[in-house]
Amino acid sequence: MRYLPHTREDIEAMLQVVGAKNLDALFAGIPDDCRRKKEMNLPEPLTEWELNRHMEKLAGGLGASPDYAVFMGAGSYHHHIPEITRQLLLRSELFTAYTPYQPEISQGTLQTIYEYQTLVCRLLGMDVANASMYDGASSLAEAMLMAIRISRRTKIAVSKAIHPLYRKVVKTYFAPTGFEVVDLPVGVDGRTDLSGLEDLGELAGVAVQSPNFFGCIEDLDPAGKIIHTDPKTLFVVAFSEPLAYGLLRSPGVCGADIACGEGQSMGIPQSFGGPGLGMFAARQQYVRNMPGRLVGKTVDLEGKPGFVLTLATREQHIRREKATSNICSNQGLCATASTMYMAALGGTGIRRLSRLNRDRAEYLKAGLSKAGCSFPYSAPTFNEFVVRFPDGFADTWEALLEKKIVAGLSLAPYYPDLPGCWLMCVTETIDKAAIDKLVREVAK
Amino acid sequence: MKEKIGTTGLIFNEPLLWEKGSPGRTGISLPRRDVEEAPLDEKLAGEGPDFPDLSELDVVRHFTRLSQWNFGVDSGMYPLGSCTMKYNPKTNERQASLPGFAGAHPLLPAKLSQGLLSLMYDLQGYLGEITGLPAVTLQPAAGSQGELTGMLIFSAYHRHKGKPRSKVLIPDTAHGTNPASATLCGFKAVAVNSGPDGVLLPESVEALMDDDTAGIMVTNPNTLGLFEDNIRRVADIVHRKGGLVYGDGANMNAVMGIVDIGDVGVDVLHLNLHKTFSTPHGGGGPGSGPVCVTRQLEPFLPVPRVVRDKDGYSLDEDYPLSVGKVHAFFGNVGILIRAYSYILSMGAGLKQVSQYAVLNANYIKERLKDLYHLPYDRPCMHECVFTDKHQQEHHVATLDIAKRLMDYGFHPPTIYFPLVVSGAIMIEPTETESKETLDQFIDAMRQIAREAGNCPDCLHASPQLPKLQRLDEASAARHPCLGG
Repeated sequence: MRYLPHTREDIEAMLQVVGAKNLDALFAGIPDDCRRKKEMNLPEPLTEWELNRHMEKLAGGLGASPDYAVFMGAGSYHHHIPEITRQLLLRSELFTAYTPYQPEISQGTLQTIYEYQTLVCRLLGMDVANASMYDGASSLAEAMLMAIRISRRTKIAVSKAIHPLYRKVVKTYFAPTGFEVVDLPVGVDGRTDLSGLEDLGELAGVAVQSPNFFGCIEDLDPAGKIIHTDPKTLFVVAFSEPLAYGLLRSPGVCGADIACGEGQSMGIPQSFGGPGLGMFAARQQYVRNMPGRLVGKTVDLEGKPGFVLTLATREQHIRREKATSNICSNQGLCATASTMYMAALGGTGIRRLSRLNRDRAEYLKAGLSKAGCSFPYSAPTFNEFVVRFPDGFADTWEALLEKKIVAGLSLAPYYPDLPGCWLMCVTETIDKAAIDKLVREVAK
Repeated sequence: MKEKIGTTGLIFNEPLLWEKGSPGRTGISLPRRDVEEAPLDEKLAGEGPDFPDLSELDVVRHFTRLSQWNFGVDSGMYPLGSCTMKYNPKTNERQASLPGFAGAHPLLPAKLSQGLLSLMYDLQGYLGEITGLPAVTLQPAAGSQGELTGMLIFSAYHRHKGKPRSKVLIPDTAHGTNPASATLCGFKAVAVNSGPDGVLLPESVEALMDDDTAGIMVTNPNTLGLFEDNIRRVADIVHRKGGLVYGDGANMNAVMGIVDIGDVGVDVLHLNLHKTFSTPHGGGGPGSGPVCVTRQLEPFLPVPRVVRDKDGYSLDEDYPLSVGKVHAFFGNVGILIRAYSYILSMGAGLKQVSQYAVLNANYIKERLKDLYHLPYDRPCMHECVFTDKHQQEHHVATLDIAKRLMDYGFHPPTIYFPLVVSGAIMIEPTETESKETLDQFIDAMRQIAREAGNCPDCLHASPQLPKLQRLDEASAARHPCLGG
C-alpha cells in the first residue's frame, strides 16, 4: 500500500530493537477479553484508478449546480468560487498543518487567521471575531450560551424567522441545561415581531436573523433599540448569507452585541451542507467570554512582528470544565478559503457582487409576479424571497426536476402555516436567461 | 549524524492584506450585469465592508508567501502526540472536489442525492465494523462536537430511564475537551486519578461510581499512550450501577482490527476522521467527529438518519427519542468523502495501519529511553511520552527541546500534555513515517540531548532557522490585539 512505507526488512529490524518477535507481540498487553474475535469485514482495497471510477459514478448522479439550475438557498448558496481559492487552498503547508501551537513555524496559518478575524469584523461591523466555529447553527447556539454567561440570566428569545434548522440546533444545545428558549413570532411583513418582548421578563439575549430565513431584511436599527430597552439583554444578529453585508448596514452598525452565522457563501463549496464556516464576532467588552480560538499580534525576541494563539485561558485545554466552550478544532481551512475569497473580492467587488445578487433576485420576483404568483411578505429582501405559487405547483416543481431546474424549497415542512409557499434564491450564478426560463415554465 | 534536513531558504516578508493593493482593483471575475438595478430602501443600505482591493496576482502571491512560513505534514515529520498527523492522501482531495459532490445542495430531494446518501450510509457501516459499535451518526463536525453528542446521549438516556443523573467520571489523563463537553451538558465532571502504572484502577472507579453518576469518559489508549487494560472491569462496574461508558476515540489509530470497542464495554465512542482516517487538519479543522453507539442507544442518535429501503436511500427524521440536531445539515460531508475514500483505499489494511503506528512509537521509545526520562517504562501503543527530567539538570526544559527540533527540520511533539506528567513530551510518529525518517528524528533528539549538556544556551536560543524566533505570548494575552 502506497501510504505505508515499511518493507519486510524495516519491520524485522524495528521489531528487533523493540524486542518483539512479531507485530502481534506489540499488542501482548491487551487482555484477551478486549481483543477482536474476527477480522474486520471491509471491502477489498481499491486502486487509485478504481477509486476514481467509483467516486465519479457516485458524484455523477447528483442534482448539483451548475448542471442543475438550483433556485434554492436556505442556508446553502451556490456562488462562483474563483480558481485561485481552490488552488491556493491546496498549498499543502497550510493544508496539512494543524492548530498553530508552535508559532515560529505556523506564521502562515496565524497571519491568515488574523486577517480572517479582521475581515470578518469589517464585514459585520464588529470589534472582535474568533478563528471560526463549526457552522451557522452551532455559532448561534454558542452565541446564546455566551449571552447567558454574560447576563447571568437563564432565558433567551429566538425569532421564528431564524433558519428552522439553526433553531433546532439551539434547542439541542439547550435541552440538558435547564435554560429556557422562547420563540418570537413573525409579523405580517415577514420580519420578527418584537412587540411582545417586554412581557417575556428578563432575557439573556434576543436573536434575530438578517436577511432572515424568508429572505427578508430585518430592520435591525429599531430592533436593537427595542431589545436594548433592557440594558442587560444582548442583541444577537444571526445570518446565513453574509454576502448581503456587501450591500446592507452591518449588524455592528445597528448595535449588535454578537453577530454570528454561516460563512459558506464566502468561497466555500456547498458540499451537501458541510464543511461550512461558523462566523462569530462580538463587541470588544465581551472578548473574554467568547468561545473558540483567537489569534493575536505580538513580537518575537528580536522585535519582529508575528502572531500567536492567545487568550487561551478561556479554552478547554487549559480551563477544562470551566472553559467558555468545548470547541477545539474549528473550521480553519474554510476560514482560510473565505479569507482568500474576501481578499479576491475586495471592497469594490463585494459591493458589486452583492448588488447583482439582489438585482437578479428582484428580476425573478418581478417575473413571477407577472406570471400570477403572489408574495406573502412585504419586507424588502436580498437574494431570497417567499413566493406563493398557484395551486398545483407541487406537480410543476416535480416536472421541472426533469428539466434540471430545482424551483425553490417548499416551506410547508418547516412552516405548516405557509402552505403553497416556496423559498426562492437567485445568486450571481443564475443568469437572466435561466431566470426567464423558470418564469416561462411557471407561466405555462 | 548526517547532514540535518532543517535549513534556511529564501522566504519573503509579506505585509497584511490591507497594507497592500489599491482602491478599484479586483481579483475576481464578476459576472455580466444582465438585469437592471433595483432600488433599495436607503435606511437599510450600508457602506459595504472596508476590504482592501487587490488584483488576482496580489492575492496569489500573498498566500503563497504566507504558506512558506508554515510547516505541514507534507513538509516533514509532524509527531504531534494525540493528533495523529499522518499523511493526507492527495486522491482524497480529488474525490471531495468532484463537481457533483462540491455543488450538491443539502436540501435536494433524495432522488437527486442518492450518490451522497449511499456514501454516507456505507461509511456508517464501515465505521460500525471498524469499531464494533454498529449504530453511527456522521453529523458531529469535530471530535469535541462528537463528545457533546455523546454527553447529550448520556443525558437523554438517563432522562428516558426516568432518573436524570448529575455527574460524569473523567480520568485525570483525559483531554481537556472531555470535562468541557460534560459541563456543556450540565454534568459535573468528577476527576478519577490514574494508578501508578498510568492506567485506571477498577477500585478508583468503584469508589466514585454511584447512582447519581451518568457514566465515565475513557480515552483508550489513553493520553500516556497506554492501553487501559482494566477497561472491561471498569465498564462492568459502571454498567452495574446503571451508568454508561463513553470512549474518546481520538487514539483509535492504535487499535483498528485489534480491539472491538463494543466488546470491551464501551457504549458510545467518537472518532476523529481528521486523525485516524487521514483527512487534512487544515491548520485547525474542519474535522469530523462521527459517533458510534450500541444498538440499545441507537434511538438517541441525532436526526436525520440516513436509511435505506427498496427504493434507495433517504433521510429519516422520525426518531422520537433522538437528542435532536447538532449541525444545520448533515455534518462535514466534504470530510466524510475523504475518509470514505481512505477506507476504500485501505480496506482491511487498516489493521496494518495500527500495527505500524504502534511499531513506530515503540521503536522511538526504545531508541530514546537511555537519554530521555520515560515515566512509564512499559510497551506503548501509538505514542510514547517522555519528560525533560534528565535535561532539567542542565536547566533545559521541554520547551527548549521542542523549539530546537524545528532547527533540525521537525515539527515538535505535543508538549506539557498530559498534565499528569511534568514536562511531558508526547511523540506520535504515525504509520506513514518510514524507518529512515524515524532514524533522522531519533538522531536529532539524541543530538539535542547532547547539546543540553554541552551548550544549554544553544537550546535556550532556539529556534534559529524559522522566519521568527520565539514569540512573546505573555504580552499578546495581556494586551490583546486581535485584528487590524
